[in-house]
Amino acid sequence: MKKASNTRRRELTDLTMRLVSGAASLIGIFFLVWILWTVAKNGLAAFNYDFFTALPTPPGIEGGGLANAIVGTLLITAMAALIGVPLGLFTGVYLAEFGKNTRFGGMVRFTINITMGIPSIIVGLFVYTLLVLPFKHFSAYAGAVSLAIIMLPVVARTTEDMLGLVPNALRESALAIGMPRWRAIVSILFRSARSGLLTGILLAVARVSGETAPLLFTAMNSPYWMKGLAEPTANLTVTIFNYAMSPFDDWKTLAWGASLLIMVTVLGVNLFARTLLREKTR
Amino acid sequence: MSETKLPLYGDLADPTPKISVRGLDFFYGNHQALYANDLDIAPNRVTAVIGPSGCGKSTHLRVYNRIFELYRDQQAKGEVLLNGESIFAPSVKLLELRRRIGMIFQKPTPFPMSVYENVAYGIRLHYTVAKSELDGRVEEALKGAALWEEVRDLLNRPGTALSGGQQQRLCIARAIAVEPEVLLMDEPTSAIDPIATAKIEELVEGLKGRYTLVIVTHNMQQAARISDFTAFFFKGYIIEFGETKQIFTNPKNKKTEEYITGRFG
Repeated sequence: MKKASNTRRRELTDLTMRLVSGAASLIGIFFLVWILWTVAKNGLAAFNYDFFTALPTPPGIEGGGLANAIVGTLLITAMAALIGVPLGLFTGVYLAEFGKNTRFGGMVRFTINITMGIPSIIVGLFVYTLLVLPFKHFSAYAGAVSLAIIMLPVVARTTEDMLGLVPNALRESALAIGMPRWRAIVSILFRSARSGLLTGILLAVARVSGETAPLLFTAMNSPYWMKGLAEPTANLTVTIFNYAMSPFDDWKTLAWGASLLIMVTVLGVNLFARTLLREKTR
Repeated sequence: MSETKLPLYGDLADPTPKISVRGLDFFYGNHQALYANDLDIAPNRVTAVIGPSGCGKSTHLRVYNRIFELYRDQQAKGEVLLNGESIFAPSVKLLELRRRIGMIFQKPTPFPMSVYENVAYGIRLHYTVAKSELDGRVEEALKGAALWEEVRDLLNRPGTALSGGQQQRLCIARAIAVEPEVLLMDEPTSAIDPIATAKIEELVEGLKGRYTLVIVTHNMQQAARISDFTAFFFKGYIIEFGETKQIFTNPKNKKTEEYITGRFG
């Protein structure tokens, strides 16, 4: 029995583990703060009245802003939510309420999980061949469809999870007063899970508002105000991609501004969503 | 299990039973939970269902309003008659059946809405009523559940803001608001405190003139206090049925005697 040395070795292992995991999180945090700091510092320089209200200018001409890209991103994201949220919500309802232990439900769940892992550039290419090539032009709706495809599985899974948290007793008591199944779902279960459902939707919106690749092949970009949904549409992420790669300093500044704007928005939406969830669990 | 045929309610009292159960088997997947249950439920009386945990009391009750059908793997075989008509007949409208047979659950389950809406929802679901009449019906249901005096000024508060005992009476109000004939109570007092329990027992006493009540309980004294008839369940079989007084003073079956004297369960 060599008890003493054994104890010492354990203490040493314990200390090593603590140091390694502590250091790992410090490194992670360090890069995160670095990114936030860099984006904030460079981005703030771009924020002025013109940034939010003016159209971009050609290289060499002073001033200009990203008003069209801000409107474009808002519009494409809203349209994507309009398509993706109802589809995702009802897919989630199916998974949680009707297809729970069925073979088809299992297939749907499996497919949803796979879809969540598809790289977004592939979604962009898919929509490109589906909605851009046949019509021979880039469009806001093609952009919206590709973002909706990315949103759908996220909303579906959170909806399934949130409905799964509603106790069966509530389901039963709704049915027990003679409520039809659909009404129990819409007016009792949705209401009971509303903050969780809203959180899922918000997180899905936050997730797609930073996507670039699916828009590169679908909405493309444009230096002008949009004239219709069937036109190439300016948006913040593709603008960042284009401007950051350009050799012009004022364009680069605009790209920093767009980055900061997206970062702040996504952060805000995330924080809001988490407050909602905290309220629910309280 | 027993060779001698059990006495049924019809042998003990005169009026035709409200609910008749004949040869009821129940399955959770491949597991059989009820075996050949025969039982008659007396109209406008309280029938208590007692027995150790996991012996099929709740399962038996959950057949009456076909709530078990929510779960795909659950299956009932046999006959259940409400006023002489099969509840499984194709002509039976499920939603109407559940209006006629209300259910109170172990844990209070108020809907995520106001006290008023909790009661009004079911009324609007089954009847077309004017707003003024709706107010009256909600008040009547809350009075019927002995809750009106406590919540008359809190009607717009969320139902979940009430105390546990009040929530359970709200659920009773919600159930009686749709004018059922039968109320099924699945251990309605097991999750609430003794004082609230006493209130609900008192309420049950008052309800039995208007409704047929079936109450599953683990509390022997409760069964003895509030019920007129008692059925003793053991391992999915109905071992003994009779007038409550007889079951508790002079049980015929040895198992029943052992259970009510607290030797197991």
